[in-house]
Amino acid sequence: MGYMYIDDMKVEFENEKNILEVTRRIGIELPTLCYYSELSTYGACRMCMVENEKGGFEAACSTLPRDGMRIKTNTPALIKHRRMILELLLAAHCRDCTTCDKSGACRLQELALRYGVKRVRFADHREEKPLDTSSKSIVRDPNKCILCGDCVRVCREKQGMGILDFAYRGSKMRVMPAFDRKLAETDCVNCGQCAAVCPTGAITVKDETDEMWKYLNDPKKMVVVQVAPAVRVALGEQFGLPEGANVMGKIVKALKMMGVDKVFDTVVSADMTVVEEAGEFLERVATGGPFPMFTSCCPAWIKYAETKHPEFINKNISSCKSPLQMFGAVIDELYGNDPERELISVAVMPCTAKKYEVSRSEFTKADGKRIVELSLTTQELANMIKNAGIDFANLEEEFLDAPFDMGGSGAGVIFGVTGGVAEAVIRECAKDKTNAYVKEMRDVGVRGKESMKEAVINVDGRDIHIAVVHGLKAAEDLIQKMERGEAYYDIVEVMACPEGCIGGAGQPFALNPRRDKRAKALYRTDNDMSMKFSSKHPETIYAFDEIVKGRNHEMLHVHYNKNEK
Amino acid sequence: MEFDLKKIDAIIDSCGCEAKNLITVLQGVQAELRYLPTEVMEYIAEKMDISVAKVFSVATFYENFSLNAKGQYVIKICDGTACHVRKSIPILTKVREILGLSEDKPTTDDMMFTVETVSCLGACGLAPVMTVNDKVFPSMTPEKAETLINDIKEGKEVC
Repeated sequence: MGYMYIDDMKVEFENEKNILEVTRRIGIELPTLCYYSELSTYGACRMCMVENEKGGFEAACSTLPRDGMRIKTNTPALIKHRRMILELLLAAHCRDCTTCDKSGACRLQELALRYGVKRVRFADHREEKPLDTSSKSIVRDPNKCILCGDCVRVCREKQGMGILDFAYRGSKMRVMPAFDRKLAETDCVNCGQCAAVCPTGAITVKDETDEMWKYLNDPKKMVVVQVAPAVRVALGEQFGLPEGANVMGKIVKALKMMGVDKVFDTVVSADMTVVEEAGEFLERVATGGPFPMFTSCCPAWIKYAETKHPEFINKNISSCKSPLQMFGAVIDELYGNDPERELISVAVMPCTAKKYEVSRSEFTKADGKRIVELSLTTQELANMIKNAGIDFANLEEEFLDAPFDMGGSGAGVIFGVTGGVAEAVIRECAKDKTNAYVKEMRDVGVRGKESMKEAVINVDGRDIHIAVVHGLKAAEDLIQKMERGEAYYDIVEVMACPEGCIGGAGQPFALNPRRDKRAKALYRTDNDMSMKFSSKHPETIYAFDEIVKGRNHEMLHVHYNKNEK
Repeated sequence: MEFDLKKIDAIIDSCGCEAKNLITVLQGVQAELRYLPTEVMEYIAEKMDISVAKVFSVATFYENFSLNAKGQYVIKICDGTACHVRKSIPILTKVREILGLSEDKPTTDDMMFTVETVSCLGACGLAPVMTVNDKVFPSMTPEKAETLINDIKEGKEVC
């Protein structure tokens, strides 16, 4: 608590952890390359320097505000300093901006422009390193790394993985997996959060839009697309629409304009997941376990469990396929046997790990064809809309295709946000399916952005202990706690990305408060929908009665193979 | 290659499993095996609950750790300022020439000798200095170095 002077303005500070947070609060955006409020402070890039009364420099990210402190944020000396850092970074950086995936969204490019770096006086003497394209989800280009360490910290602190780290020292220092292995040879779970935080093009999400354009322009192919819940509340940001705007209708229209034959909403299969998972849970309640039951929607969590907790695979983890794969099975059933046109099933997801999921052997047919051919990210869809020159912001809304034109229930919509799956499943477990129950469930404590939440709710006379975590580090902490016998849960929801799928690495990058707006938008959509119970929705009933027809185990559940890479 | 993991366990146990002891553990392992094999680093990472990338990071940060197998006799030729001006480079050139080594190939194929330079051994009064497995040989000349290597090859007790 106290007062400080920023550019001669008297500013009150409270519990801000550094000067940077104070300046941001009053609307001064100091440049940073290595600072994320949600990660530990590294202080490497030195871009956020401020000048003190004596003319000395202090790094705003790692200096506590002091009472009576006087700082300036934008003096000629600071500008010269920042420009010099940028020039040196650019000197050791591959500068093929026009052909870089990250162009337009690159922090380094943005800051070089902001500080007017007009020329780079130093030649780049580094040896060119090969790209790592081994991963199904991520491409690593070491030539564009500026050693900010953001990827290293997000992987270690949020996911508890530590796949990437610094290696060697001085001018030879680089970021790489252990022994400079390829990402595919590591335990990487494909969550893509490293790509999300990377300020440059050193780590990017694999771009598969060219394949999609090929399918769309092939008259012998029938392209059917499903769109995940979290996509609709993030895509609009890329086209100047308000943060958190639900643009599902525009997405359908844009996809149709690009030549997609049928568009469905993954919310429908999320409803099917809810019914199956609730059924599985109630069966476990009746037969005595095993508990806790872990959710199975998140492919990064599945891969994490396979390497770190194989004891949960095909046991504690729900046998339900992810909503993507459930819809994949349904779409395959509906359109997979057309002799005229080959079905190409595509998903648009907020997720990079889904690219890996669709390639898994469990979701591939005997002839090698994938059930879902491609999983594109929200960002890839945005790029395709830009490719096609579609004026997205002013598009008319279009509705979904039959037989799923209603687009599912509110319970399926909230799958996109942390706590949503657990809430939807428990909502389904109750015999008393009234809106009063939905309201009670809403306030029980499964909603909110905390990385670990717990709640107890009474379902038909039995107390159900729920835990909801996002981030694999939080998941591991919870598992350890359970192993030590300090906690007991009946059902545990795990999502790898911050705040669930809305913070997925396939989304346009977002910190808070933007992520909160996406979460609120999904809950608002649930609120606005007249149907809030998955099993009561006519489309769910139709899917089970007319398509699945009792083949639930074969179509909607999965047994994970061992040693899947 | 197979390694005696019990020995590695003993080293970890004596240092403690906490992450802060990683450097001590790596030093212990290097003293035992003369280098840090990939498999052993992976084993240490798992046992100490540190990511493999972090162990690799620490091992590559310090010049003192070697990721490649070293010879039975590690010859270090000091090229600090004092040794350099008292002509350490001709000694280095001679030793490499005798053993058929270079900067890129520091270890002989029979795994007998490894030749390295160090930036200062802190024995400037004895310059130019050379060490063989940490035993110090002062006031070296290329000729004395050649005799020393021949003595080692003939199995004479020199260090």
